[in-house]
Amino acid sequence: MIITVNGKETTLPENPARTIDSLLEELNVSQRLYVTVEFNGDVLDRDAFTGTPVKEGDVIEFLYFMGGGH
Amino acid sequence: MLTDEQIERYSRHIILKEVGGKGQQKLFDGRVLIIGAGGLGAPIALYLAAAGVGTIGIADADDVDLSNLQRQVIHFTPDVGKPKVESARQKMEAINPDVKVHTYKEWISAANINRIIADYDFIIDGTDNFAAKFLINDACVLAGKPYSHGGILQFDGQTITVKPKESACYRCIFPEPPPKDAIPTCSQAGVIGVLPGIIGTLQATEAIKYLLGIGDPLTNRLLTYSALRMKFREIPIKRNASCPVCGDNPTITEAVDELDAMTVCDLKEP
Repeated sequence: MIITVNGKETTLPENPARTIDSLLEELNVSQRLYVTVEFNGDVLDRDAFTGTPVKEGDVIEFLYFMGGGH
Repeated sequence: MLTDEQIERYSRHIILKEVGGKGQQKLFDGRVLIIGAGGLGAPIALYLAAAGVGTIGIADADDVDLSNLQRQVIHFTPDVGKPKVESARQKMEAINPDVKVHTYKEWISAANINRIIADYDFIIDGTDNFAAKFLINDACVLAGKPYSHGGILQFDGQTITVKPKESACYRCIFPEPPPKDAIPTCSQAGVIGVLPGIIGTLQATEAIKYLLGIGDPLTNRLLTYSALRMKFREIPIKRNASCPVCGDNPTITEAVDELDAMTVCDLKEP
C-alpha cells in the first residue's frame, strides 16, 4: 500500500487494520501524544485517531510542536 | 516627506517598483511589535529597523546571558547582564536613528497583552514557550491583529502568518498547548545558531510585505524548514471549523494564560 507521508511516497505492508493511531506507532512518529495529524487536507481530531483507517493514496502530514524562539 | 539623506539611505528600496517613495512612507508609518528579543527577535528587530519601519515595539523581561550570544545576534558580549530590550534598542537606534523604539521590559500575559498589542499594525511572535505562543495567537485573533508565528527547535523551524478570521490560526493546527515539559525546549534540546536567523528573517519579510501591501502572505500554509536536509516544505492548512478560538463555536473568547503550559525556555543551567 502506498500513502504520502510528509510529502514522501511511503510503501507500507498491507494491513486492513491500520489506523492513524497504529500508524503513529508503526512509523515511530515523534511527539506521538501531541503531534497534529493532517489527514487528506484536514486536521484530524485526536479522538478520531483510533477510528480512522489508513487507505491506499491517503495523504498524511505530521505537524510538530516547535516551542523555541529565543 | 523623505529628506535627501533618507532618499539615499532607502535608495535600494525606493528603486523597487513594488516599494518606491510611497512604500517607504508606508514603512515609516508602520507599527510592528516584536514579542521576544531573543533568537527570532534579533534578526527581526535589526532588519525592521534597517528597513525604516517607523515604530517598533519590543517586549522581553529577560537580561542578556552569555549562552544567548551564539544566536541572538542583536546582543554583544559587553551586553551580558543588560536588559535584552535595552540592548536591542541601542542596536536598532544605531542602525537607524529614524526609528522609534518602544521597549516593554515585561513578560506578556493575559493581564498586559491586549494593552501592548493595541498600538501596533502587525505582531511578531519571537517567544520561546507555548504559553506565550498560544496567548499571542488568541489575543491577536480576538483583537483582529495580523501576526507571524515562528517556532524553532534544534535544526528545524516553522512559520505561518495569521490574518484573524480570514486565514487559519495557530490553534487551527494545534488546538491546545502540549503539557508543560512534554516537548523539549531550546535550552534543553539545543538549537543551531543560524536557525532563528532564517526563520526570523522570514517573519520580518512578512511584516514588511504586510505594511507595503504587496505579494502573497504566508497564510493558510505552514512553512517548515529543515537545516539538516536544507529543505523548505509548505503544508497547506485550512481554517478549522472546530478551532477553539476562530472556529464556528469558539470556547476561547478572551485572552487567558495557559497555566499548564507555562515554562521558561532559557533557564540557565545551574
